[in-house]
Amino acid sequence: MKTFKIGGIHPAENKLSATSPIEVLPLPKTVYIPFSQVLGAPSVPVVEKGAKVKVGQLLAKGEAFISANVHSSVSGTISKIDDIIDVSGYKRKAFVIEVEGDEWLPDIDKSPNIKNDINLTPEEIINKIKEMGIVGLGGATFPTHIKLMVPKDKQAEVLIINGVECEPFLTSDHRLMLEKGEEIMIGTSILMKAIGVNKAIIGIENNKPDAIKYLQELSKDYPNITVQALKVKYPQGGEKQLIQALTGRYVPSGKLPIEVGTIVNNVGTVYAVYEAIQKNKPLFERIVTVTGKHLNKTANFKVRIGTPINLLIEAVGGLPKDTLKIISGGPMMGKALASLETPVIKGMSGIVILTEKEKISSRQYNCIRCGKCIQACPMGLQPYLLSLYSIKDDFEQLEQNNIMDCIECGSCGYTCPAHIYLVDNIRAGKNKVGQIIRSRVK
Amino acid sequence: MNSVILYAIIALGSLSMSFAIIIYFVSNKFKVIEDPRIDEIQELLPGANCGGCGFAGCRNLAEAIVKATNLDNLYCPAGGKAVAEAIAAKVGLKVELKEPMIAVVRCNGSIQNAPAKAKYEGTDSCYFINLLFTGESGCSYGCLGAGDCVKACKFDAIYIDNNTNLPIVIEDKCVACGACVNACPRNIIELRKKGPKNRRIFVSCVNKEKGGIAKKNCNVACIGCSKCQKVCKFDAITIENNLAYINFEKCTLCRKCVAECPTNAILEINFPLKKEKVEKEDINVV
Repeated sequence: MKTFKIGGIHPAENKLSATSPIEVLPLPKTVYIPFSQVLGAPSVPVVEKGAKVKVGQLLAKGEAFISANVHSSVSGTISKIDDIIDVSGYKRKAFVIEVEGDEWLPDIDKSPNIKNDINLTPEEIINKIKEMGIVGLGGATFPTHIKLMVPKDKQAEVLIINGVECEPFLTSDHRLMLEKGEEIMIGTSILMKAIGVNKAIIGIENNKPDAIKYLQELSKDYPNITVQALKVKYPQGGEKQLIQALTGRYVPSGKLPIEVGTIVNNVGTVYAVYEAIQKNKPLFERIVTVTGKHLNKTANFKVRIGTPINLLIEAVGGLPKDTLKIISGGPMMGKALASLETPVIKGMSGIVILTEKEKISSRQYNCIRCGKCIQACPMGLQPYLLSLYSIKDDFEQLEQNNIMDCIECGSCGYTCPAHIYLVDNIRAGKNKVGQIIRSRVK
Repeated sequence: MNSVILYAIIALGSLSMSFAIIIYFVSNKFKVIEDPRIDEIQELLPGANCGGCGFAGCRNLAEAIVKATNLDNLYCPAGGKAVAEAIAAKVGLKVELKEPMIAVVRCNGSIQNAPAKAKYEGTDSCYFINLLFTGESGCSYGCLGAGDCVKACKFDAIYIDNNTNLPIVIEDKCVACGACVNACPRNIIELRKKGPKNRRIFVSCVNKEKGGIAKKNCNVACIGCSKCQKVCKFDAITIENNLAYINFEKCTLCRKCVAECPTNAILEINFPLKKEKVEKEDINVV
């Protein structure tokens, strides 16, 4: 069975919520929609305080190159524009909307009917994706329309759809593939038309046999789309790892996947693209897994963007008594949250709740040079060395040792028998080196 | 047997002789004439290579001093007055003596004043915590307490207090080189005038949020109420972005603002305890 070759680990899968169907979470009373939900510049607001908005109405326009439109996820009144702590851990400007009813913009198609015909031209598709504020829903939230704009000197050959979901605990993509398979197939066809390729591969890890079987069945009607089962290995959902696993091609250091003729999109994004193109629906809701070993139940919720996460946690029966961490995203790459009022944003794929029982020693020991981190690193780096250089602020050596290639997947820290905070140190160093490189360009 | 030793001595002796001659001519040809004063000045400098003067190390400063025509920007903060005078005497230039400075930590968000709302677990680096989130207290301007300043200090002049989790500057050891100022990711540390008898007054807060929000996270935050600005007779206090700042050039250490501050955000250092004032009315009655 196919998989990527360099490094990788296999943490306990813990896909507890894999059998829970997607539930629609009741509307919250108040939503907090941050201006900036994507990698890149914050969007510019187009509505003011006190304005009445409908579901799907444009709130903020992405004017910079890397930024995306933000739409209202509820109908109601904008009571204020305030600083709230978002997933970044910092205070960011956000719309605070008091919910009144559920009135959608009239041109959004709310019917569950599946629309097969793709009537738009490639340019129209990309423009529509931009207009609807679609971003990569795998977690990095890179604006999708930029991904689809193939540079003139490059040629896309194959579209890769990422249904791997290699993070432990998370099941939102899994449930989406099971329940919205038909839509994902049409969404894939739309993206293929947009970038002008006639081949698409959907990569799914082998721990989701039901999803593989279902999509393979569906793909019989779509001769250009193949569904490929992959061996379970973390971080297979990383863009470069997935390309390597499915096509055998290696993306060169510092380059984008288009360099080897591929474009990668998450299944969640593909579903959002389907809804945007066929149903005229902007991206204002997503699937969020709420999970944890000691919760009363685990669930996959369809949530409006901006819902505070405490409502999601209440819906699964509240926090366990000895809660240690609430993580946005998966346990490997996710980020522990400092506040329960944090709203759901476009990039939040799950909420994982860990308790004291799952705690491992947080004491750091000295590096014993065992090399486990080097074996685990999927990018072929030397994490222990990067971590050391990072502590010593040796930026020259960091750059020479390709720190910018690090995808921050956390494999090195997971395997480290000395519990060294390798990823923390490397991230700090990567950030500093990134600043130096950017200042050099100017 | 003897002849072997003799040949060896002759052969090696002539070899070494010819090398000596070559080396002599080469060293004459490529001789680097260096000002002997560079070494002498370097001897005078503290030799910590702290970078406080703006040069990479003490040697570089010494080289610059020898070439310079005036000593305006060539000042070793670590050496201070004594070193500056000695150097000036050595190169025969006048030196403008600078007021001694000291690093001041402008945050009083101790564990007690700004209780933690979340717990951080990870690498000990302020820089990294600053990338991650606001910090345990929820104040996105306050001290993170992981000690990047301590690591940067080459004079062991700063340490993190265990009771408050705030850095403390040891006044006798601090040479105001500015290494901690650059190391702090939140720009909390500032170089200020040491002041007469080491007495200083400063606003111990850098929070630019609105008063209510700042106060929510920390009891001693500056709320930008501008009471201190009104009471100051010397225009030493400016308020910008809900934050007061005392200009140490203008401040006369009258301490009126300290009493006025409703959140005790203004700190006075090394002042003797105030005597209880006798109320005027009491005197009149007698």
